[in-house]
Amino acid sequence: MDFAHSFALIAPELLLTGAGLALLMIAAFRGDASARLVSVLAAAALFGAGFMLVPGLHLGTDGPEVLAFGGLLQIDTFALFAKALIFLSAIAALMVAPAFFNSAAAGTERGLRAEYPILVIFACVGMSIMVSASDFMSLYLGLELNSLTAYVLAAILRRDLRSGEAGLKYFVLGALASGIILYGMSLLYGFTGSTTFSGVRAGLEGELELGALFGLIFVMAGLAFKISAVPFHMWTPDVYEGAPTPVTMFFATAPKVAGVAITARVVFEVFGGQVAAWQQIVMFAALASIVFGALGAIGQENLKRLLAYSSINNVGFILLGLAVANQAGASAMLVYLFIYVAMSVGSFVALLMLRDSDGALFETFADIRGLSLTQPAIAWALLLFMFSLAGIPPLLGFYSKFVIFQATVEAGLVAFGAIAIAASVIGAFYYIKFVKVMFFDEPADVVRGRSGMAHWVLLAITALIISPLGYLLTPSLTDLADKAAAALFMAV
Amino acid sequence: MEGLPILSLMMLVPMLSALVCLFSPAGLARMVALVATLVTFALGLILWSNYEIGGAQWQFTERAELFAGFSYALGIDGIALLLIMLSVFLMPICILASWEAITKRVGEYMAAFLFMEVLMIGTFAAQDIFLFYVFFEAGLIPMYLIIGVWGGDNRIYASYKFFLYTLIGSVLMLIAMFWMVAEAGTSDIPALMQYDFPAQAQTWLWLAFFASFAVKVPMWPLHTWLPDAHVQAPTAGSVILAGVLLKLGGYGFIRFSLPMFPEASAQFAWLVFALSMVAVVYTSLVALVQADMKKLIAYSSVAHMAIVTVGLFAFNVQGLEGAMIVMLSHGLVSGALFLCVGVIYDRLHTREIARYGGLAINMPYYALFFLLFTMASIGLPGTSGFVGEFLSLAGIYQTSTLVALVSTTGIILGAAYMLYLYRRVAFGEQKNADAAAMKDMTFREWAMMVPISAVVLWMGVYPESFLAPMRADIAALDARISVAAPPSDSNPLMGPPREHAANHIEHSASHKEGAH
Repeated sequence: MDFAHSFALIAPELLLTGAGLALLMIAAFRGDASARLVSVLAAAALFGAGFMLVPGLHLGTDGPEVLAFGGLLQIDTFALFAKALIFLSAIAALMVAPAFFNSAAAGTERGLRAEYPILVIFACVGMSIMVSASDFMSLYLGLELNSLTAYVLAAILRRDLRSGEAGLKYFVLGALASGIILYGMSLLYGFTGSTTFSGVRAGLEGELELGALFGLIFVMAGLAFKISAVPFHMWTPDVYEGAPTPVTMFFATAPKVAGVAITARVVFEVFGGQVAAWQQIVMFAALASIVFGALGAIGQENLKRLLAYSSINNVGFILLGLAVANQAGASAMLVYLFIYVAMSVGSFVALLMLRDSDGALFETFADIRGLSLTQPAIAWALLLFMFSLAGIPPLLGFYSKFVIFQATVEAGLVAFGAIAIAASVIGAFYYIKFVKVMFFDEPADVVRGRSGMAHWVLLAITALIISPLGYLLTPSLTDLADKAAAALFMAV
Repeated sequence: MEGLPILSLMMLVPMLSALVCLFSPAGLARMVALVATLVTFALGLILWSNYEIGGAQWQFTERAELFAGFSYALGIDGIALLLIMLSVFLMPICILASWEAITKRVGEYMAAFLFMEVLMIGTFAAQDIFLFYVFFEAGLIPMYLIIGVWGGDNRIYASYKFFLYTLIGSVLMLIAMFWMVAEAGTSDIPALMQYDFPAQAQTWLWLAFFASFAVKVPMWPLHTWLPDAHVQAPTAGSVILAGVLLKLGGYGFIRFSLPMFPEASAQFAWLVFALSMVAVVYTSLVALVQADMKKLIAYSSVAHMAIVTVGLFAFNVQGLEGAMIVMLSHGLVSGALFLCVGVIYDRLHTREIARYGGLAINMPYYALFFLLFTMASIGLPGTSGFVGEFLSLAGIYQTSTLVALVSTTGIILGAAYMLYLYRRVAFGEQKNADAAAMKDMTFREWAMMVPISAVVLWMGVYPESFLAPMRADIAALDARISVAAPPSDSNPLMGPPREHAANHIEHSASHKEGAH
């Protein structure tokens, strides 16, 4: 086995791991005073790791030479695409953290802790491993590394009750889901005699045995939990509401990308021969997520909770691309993921900018009444994000729905697509409520705090991406997504 | 004009001005908006004068592969030309109408209107079906804001209703578009207009498009968003809504439903006729009892648009031409009527009919313009309304006597509710002192009314100017759909030709009576 080749392939992960360990040392010896430095270095490491992905993404790396460590990992274009999105989201989560933790928003625990960036880095390493897994063992390894850091991140405000509750809930339910996945894997191993994706796939050829079917369903259920698809979504609103907002933003983006990517990989690379067995499950999860995500959001007053339901709703659309079960659907799904990340980062950054003069955050509808008069820039940006999430052209959110539904209809699932798109109108109701509250109501005029440069930069970038100008990105985005999706089907 | 991308330019000017307005103080924003809309109108005049009647079907075409999945393709035929002209003509008037009425957040208001103009031009000029959808649907955003921010008391309900109604209608159309593009292998509208979809599929596709356009037109019973939206929107918002946005539905029928699904259109003609007949009679009766001026005009819009749909589905040239002229005429006339309401609303801040009376005494010029537009709305010969309604009804008469009969009652009822409105507002006693003290029209209001009245009379006296550009396109459309035309229930029997013309006078007889 050529270890040098394998190590070259996982160079970004090695960089991140090394950086994480080194920063841990700095944090241990210098304490929280070094938090800012650690944050900057962590962001730099993530950026460097992301930069390493560029040549592969650009040229496309596929074929047998992408297998590392004897087939435990495969660093193909698909993995690179997902990693790029994960690293970018993580950088955003690092950028908005200091302003949050160093202000009254953090409650009694004011001050950014040096563990935060380190945990984010290790979460990214876990997600990197997860999306490039080609063996159930490496999948589980990555998943758990990501999950364990995520539990800690959710509860990072130790003395804040909501944060602690979020962490505990996430942990209990996450552990349950991990157990379910593990049980599914063991069933698959028992019936096929292998843990590698290709081995399990070969073992599943022909008539699907009942036990193996159970294995498949357990694995899918566990993954559905990780991406918070209905009916495994119950934890999402509580965790999103309770976790500190920068952490929520992180949860809504990076792990979602990783979860969706690994779900896609598993269904295509492992269960690709049994489309009939999982397609209905995914279709149901997709429709149910769209409908429940939309209905659940309608009564919400808390904006973070509302965005949690919105993310459930969006996962539904992403799963729609998966339900199509072909390369066009997978490509559409990746385009959607990219746009979804931009919209989520943008919306959460905008929420993080709703602060009073002390820096404490506002998070209910009542606080953003008439925001367009008092804080026009934030209000207009939020207007763009909300219309974009609702899928109204000419914003880029429309394009994400466009590709998904195009793939759905082209694959012949016309009725399914029609039902899903009709259900998406329910979602529009609460997105335009945002606009109504900010633009039509009398000002509450409580949002007085100033926000730092990092927020404005992120807000401007994401707003620019989802503005009509973003459509100019679509040719290259589609090209990348096509290459990445092709990699999924190359192994077949 | 070779090579100059004039359509893109017409969209670019308001687009950039909208951005400027967004960051401008009130006074500057008004000026910028007025100048931008006038420049766009001037470009529109250049467009019209360079449009070659009898030339290529699609002119001023532009194409750029900017996006993945669809292309930036523009181009117009005569039908699109006239609707674009209508939009750019009404825009400066809308800006003038909001000059004093809008005092809060002027920059944002003007930006929303200019953005709206971009989208309207884009919708009519788009030659890619998805590009059309983008422009068509994007209009929701500025209109939602216009109604919601600058509307009346119940604006929030109206804005939600407007948004959700229209959205539900259009998403199903999007699914149908995907299917069509997958089937035909192109998203080019001219190519799709020639593509023969299987008859079975046409039924479903037609229904999906109908869901969207019927809401936009709006057809009974999907019209309920319109009175709410109209009443709550500011004056200029109502003008744009009635003047142009309703035309998107009619344009959709003429551009998509009819040429792309001729068989299904014939199959569902009865549905359109039935809904239109109900709309003509029912909404006219409803208009008769309204106490709110804007609501009355809104209901009359539904009735007029029903004449449009009747004409469109008559499957003959007269019907199609009539429908187009009614659309243009209604765009001008109902727009002008909303302006008339706006003029007195600005003075008295009420739309309640009973609060006015005898305005012809203290506002004679206003009463004159109001009378002209009232007559045009009724369809008096010499005004644009007559030409359109006559052609539409002549067209439908060839297809169905019954539908023609019922639709014609709309004219009578129209006369009833419009004259009744006019009598209560302009004639009679000056029973309210504050209404009697109102001043006559200002220069700005003259500048809004005079151009519209000129065009209304022009279209009424010499409609050929407006019919000529679209004659070839209507003929092409008629050739495409006439094969599928539904059977006619009016069978005029061709008798033997008369010996003399009907107005023949015996010369010899008149000689005998002789010169007295």
